This record gives sequence, structure tokens and C-alpha cells, in this order.
Amino acid sequence: MTRRRSPYPYWFVLPAAVVFTVLFLVPTLASLWFSLTRWDLFTASFIGLDNYRQFFKEPFLVQGLVNTVIYAALTSVSKSVLGLLLAVLLTSGILWQSFLRAVIFFPVLVSTIGVGITFTALMHPTRGAINIGLAAIGIHGPAWLSNPELALYSVAFIDLWKGIGLATLIYIAGLAAISPDYYEAARIDGATRVQQFWRVTVPLVRPATVTVVTLSLIGGLRSFDIIWATTRGGPGFASDVLASVIYKQYQAGFYGLATAGNVILFALIALIILPLTWWFNKREIDL
Amino acid sequence: MKLIPSAALLAAFALTAGLAQADTVLSVLADGNAETVAALDALTKAYTAAHPDITFEIETHPGGADGDNMVKTRLATGEGGDIIQYNSGSLFQALDPVKNLADLSDIQANVIDSFKTVVTASDGTVRGVPFGAAMGGGIYYNKKIYADLGLSVPKTWAEFMANNEKIKAAGKVAVAETFGDTWTSQLFVLADFFNVQAEVPNFAADYTANKAKYASTPAAMRGFEHLEEVFKGGYMNEDFGAAKFDDGVRMVATGEAAHYPMLTFALGNIKQNFPDNVNDVGFFAQPGPDAAKNGLTVWMPAALYVPAASKHVAEAKAFLAYVASVDGCNEMIKANGATGPYLIKDCKLPADVPPSVADMLPYFQNGATAPALEFLSPIKGPALEQITVEVGSGIRPAAEAAGLYDQDVEKQAKQLGLPNW
Repeated sequence: MTRRRSPYPYWFVLPAAVVFTVLFLVPTLASLWFSLTRWDLFTASFIGLDNYRQFFKEPFLVQGLVNTVIYAALTSVSKSVLGLLLAVLLTSGILWQSFLRAVIFFPVLVSTIGVGITFTALMHPTRGAINIGLAAIGIHGPAWLSNPELALYSVAFIDLWKGIGLATLIYIAGLAAISPDYYEAARIDGATRVQQFWRVTVPLVRPATVTVVTLSLIGGLRSFDIIWATTRGGPGFASDVLASVIYKQYQAGFYGLATAGNVILFALIALIILPLTWWFNKREIDL
Repeated sequence: MKLIPSAALLAAFALTAGLAQADTVLSVLADGNAETVAALDALTKAYTAAHPDITFEIETHPGGADGDNMVKTRLATGEGGDIIQYNSGSLFQALDPVKNLADLSDIQANVIDSFKTVVTASDGTVRGVPFGAAMGGGIYYNKKIYADLGLSVPKTWAEFMANNEKIKAAGKVAVAETFGDTWTSQLFVLADFFNVQAEVPNFAADYTANKAKYASTPAAMRGFEHLEEVFKGGYMNEDFGAAKFDDGVRMVATGEAAHYPMLTFALGNIKQNFPDNVNDVGFFAQPGPDAAKNGLTVWMPAALYVPAASKHVAEAKAFLAYVASVDGCNEMIKANGATGPYLIKDCKLPADVPPSVADMLPYFQNGATAPALEFLSPIKGPALEQITVEVGSGIRPAAEAAGLYDQDVEKQAKQLGLPNW
């Protein structure tokens, strides 16, 4: 195999290379360096791998890691399953279809912090609309965000509410790409609606599934804003994820330690996403 | 002929220099608290009235850890402006004062010695002047509930718990807790320090030197135990996990709750939001095991500093000298009322202070005060507020929490690069 010379001169790449170097490469290398130092913004002294050792000793790191994985898996799976079901519903020609599509997509446009503050008010244990509503039908609602057993799941639910519109949109596009011929053929063969869904829709909408799962998994693994706006990782450490553990080190002024945490988060996301994309792509070739 | 242009040039220089001097604008960076802004407004207006050539530009930053990072970033990049309002004590030490702040040792004539120690850099020079009144950490109580139930101010923790039991039996919330603002959960631990040092006088020094631990010092662990006891007694408001600082102030001011453990700066919020209830609220120090050793844990106020990189160090120092004078102190009292004793010699509080301030003054007059641990040691673990939320919500037992906090403290000490850790 001989490589064909590109018809464009190399200096065409220069502007992009400068931007990439200054904005991405230099900060990445600098953060690798600072993660090896004790850094108080004024001075940085080299302390080898001590920050990494300290970070892995962090008592809530393990719980934070477990929470991160639970949160990412939960939001990613629920967004893809519910997103697909909603997309099927919203392409089936039901009444007010366009209006309902807009309603489902609307939360995506709202600022995450705004959503967090709104749900903090809605989920207030005594004065929140949710528990007042439950009390009206005789149920004593729990403290959604301040019960340590529930907090993480409440936040995951808020994330689902906010993110499902995007998943649905991607699925609607995916469904539109499936040729009606397949459904017609299935109907001629006597397939029921359920069989059509499992045998035609699910396999053929795979590219959309790959996009939704990858995007929402990355989003879930590095999620921070919605958690910070609602529970700040609390009560105590019950809904801490890796990103909020790192942010708290930064808040405390442990800049080197926080940077080491970010390097670890980067490695973790790469470790999970790279094999996953490789696996998805492989399956796509098989298909 | 050559002389004339250079003379003109000189004159022009003199003119512009004169203009520049006539129009010095000092920039001030401060937290956005209503009280801070009110005091700064009053001080700068009075100063500009006396010195028309000096005007001010006040910029506010968010409170808490985000504000800490902003102040540090500004100082590190040389953009701290001319005056910074910021905490004294361990947070002040984290600013690397020898390098970043100007020496203010020569304008301390009116400042009380106990304050100078909390703004003294490692080289022995004083780098700040006091801004605001000293605060106590203890327990606000609703005087109406106390009168209705015939209770008296407790001098020991056991008496405090007995009061709580009676208040609960009367169908009222005994202790307001507001873990929605996590920092408020630390009070029972931090405000217990007078009692810790009364029993273990060397605790602060030994703790800094890595010789004393919370988990192995019974007196120090008691603060965590108190949180646990109050939770187990069922004395708290139902929404303790979601309620915020403002809710706590409302509950104790309006009689929804009998007690609220808090710093005395909360008086400002009571005055602003519940002016009719100011006289219903009293204050006492967090009681310990021994009625004979009852005293108050004291927080020093924030300070004003001059960044070393300022272009107007001399002018900024002249203003700070005014702030640290009796006149400046009176201006602050006029702006915010008397919330506690000021750290300026001969600065007298008015006679008609609210009851919660009057309750606090005897501790100072009798010498029954001790500075909070954060003014005696550079180490304060950053996760304390999460740990105290856990203990106060019944998620983690007190003994385990004290051990966990010791680990957190170790991390802080290592990040500060302290010896012996």
C-alpha cells in the first residue's frame, strides 16, 4: 500500500495546530506537571506522586467512584430506553405530535443550574410541591435530596428529566432513517407491532443507540453541575461523584491534588469509553 | 531656547502628576454580605468627604470557598487592586502574606493586641486592620419560649439537654438545624472549643504539631457527641436536611424553634428580616461539662489588607489607618449597629444594644473567652462540614466521625507542607 501525497501544503494545518497547541496541548501537559506538585497558586513545589497517593487514600473516593458508575449507568440506560420509547410514540402520528416533541425537548434548553434550583424547591421535604402533592393523597413523602439513601437517585431522575429530550431527538432522527419497506415486509410476513419493534426498529436504530449511549455515558461520568446545584454531594458524602470530590479539593485550595484528581478522571473516562466505542464499531461492521 | 520646551515639558509633567494625585481611585475587593457593603459604603463616603482627592470603587465577590479561590487568583496574578477585605486567622495565612500583602505594622496604634496576632505574618509583621466586630459562636434562644416554659439559661450541657426535653414535651422544635447550608452544621463542634481548651489547655499547639487528635482526646470529641445526642433526642425541625441559614434565623426569631446554634453575626439578619423580633432573641455560649468553666468561643472579624502589588500603597494605608481609628469604628457602628465588641481601643458600644449582644458582653468583661481553633492553628480540615452533617443526620456515629476528621486534618496539614506531618 502506498500512501498518496496530500495535494495540500503542510502549512495549511498551522492555524489549527496553533489553536490546538495553545488551548489544549499546553494546558494538558501543564496539568500533568502540576498534578505532581504541592501548588497553592503562589508557589508549586515538586512532591512526586504524593498527590496521587493521597487521592487514592481519600476516604470518599471509593464511594465517589461507585456513585459515578451507578449514576452514569443509570442515566445512560434510562435515557436510551425511555428515549427510544418516546421517539417511537412521537413518530407514530399521534395527536399534537409536533407540540409534544417540543415539550419533551424543552428541558434541554434550560440552564442546568436553573433546573437544579427549581428541583431543590420542588423536592423540599416539607414545603416542596412534590411532597405537598403526595400529602394530598395521604402519602408522607421522603426527603428526596437530604435522605442519604435517596439523594443520588433523585439527582439521577432530575438528570433524566433534563436530558431525555436530546436522546429522543437523536432517536427520532434514527427512526426517520429506517426505510418503510422493512415494516411493510414485516407486516406482509404477519409480524405484530411488538415483533416489528424488536425485529426491525431496535436493530436498525443501532447507530442512534450508539450515539445516545456514548454521549450520555460520558455526560454521566463527568456530571457535576446538576449534582452541585442540588445536593453538593451531600448529605455528607452520599451523592458525591468523582467530579464533586475533585471540585472540593480545588475549593479547599489543594490545587495540585485537584489536578491529580482530574488526570485520574480523564484516565477513567478513556478507560471506559475507548473499549466501548471499539466494541460498538466492531458490531456495526458485523451487521 | 532649548530651555523653554524642557520647562514646558516639566510643567506638563507636574500638571499630570498633580492631576493623577488629585484623582486617586482606590479599588476595594470585598465579600457581598449586606453588612460588609453597608460598612464599606459608610467608611468610604466619610473618608472621601474628608479627603476629596480620594475616591473608591467597591467590587464584591462570592462568599465561601469560591470567594477564597477568587481572592487567591487575583493576588497570584497581581490584580488584587488596592484594598482587600478577607478573613483573618488560618485563611489569612493561606494568602502567603509575606509575599502578597503590604506591611501595615505602623498603623496599629489603636488596634487591640489580640487582633494583631491573627493578622501577623510568619516574619512577625502585621499585615491587616480589623474590619467589623468580634463574633461569638454559641446558641441563640427564643426568650418567649424560655419565659413561657419557665426555663433558665443553661450553664452545663446536661442542663441544655434537659431544657430541650421540656421544649420537646411542650410540642415545640427544640433545636433548629439547617444542613441545607452545610457550613451551619459545624457550630456544635467549633463553638465547643472554649470547653476543649478549658480541659486540655495545650490542645491547639499539640494538634498543630501532630501530637493531639480529635478521636483520642475525649474533650475534643465531645462536640461530635453533642451533635449526635441532639439528633438522637429528636429535638430538631423536620426539614433539617433541606433548611437553610435564613430558615434557622426565622425559626429562632419567630419562636418556631427554641434554639439555633450559630455565630453572632446572625443578629444582622434578624434585624434586617425580623426587626420586630430583635428583642425576643437571646444568646448564650455553648455550655460544657462544668458550670464553673462556662465561657465563649470567639471568632475574630475579617480584616482589610493592601496587596503588595497595589500602585497606591501609601493612599490605601492612610485609609486603613482611618478604619483602625475610633472615628472609623464609630462609623461602622453607625452603619450596622453594635453586633459585638470592636477591636479598636476606646471604641465604646452604645448603651442600648439588643439583648443578644448584651448577653454576649459579660463573657468579654469577665475574661471568659477563648479564640476559635482556626485562629490558633493553621489546620482546619475542609470536609468538616460534610462530616458534621453526617453526624447531625444520624448517618455516622460520633466516634467514627472524629477519626475521619483526623484523616481530613492530616491531608490539610500535608498540603500546607507543615513540619511533623
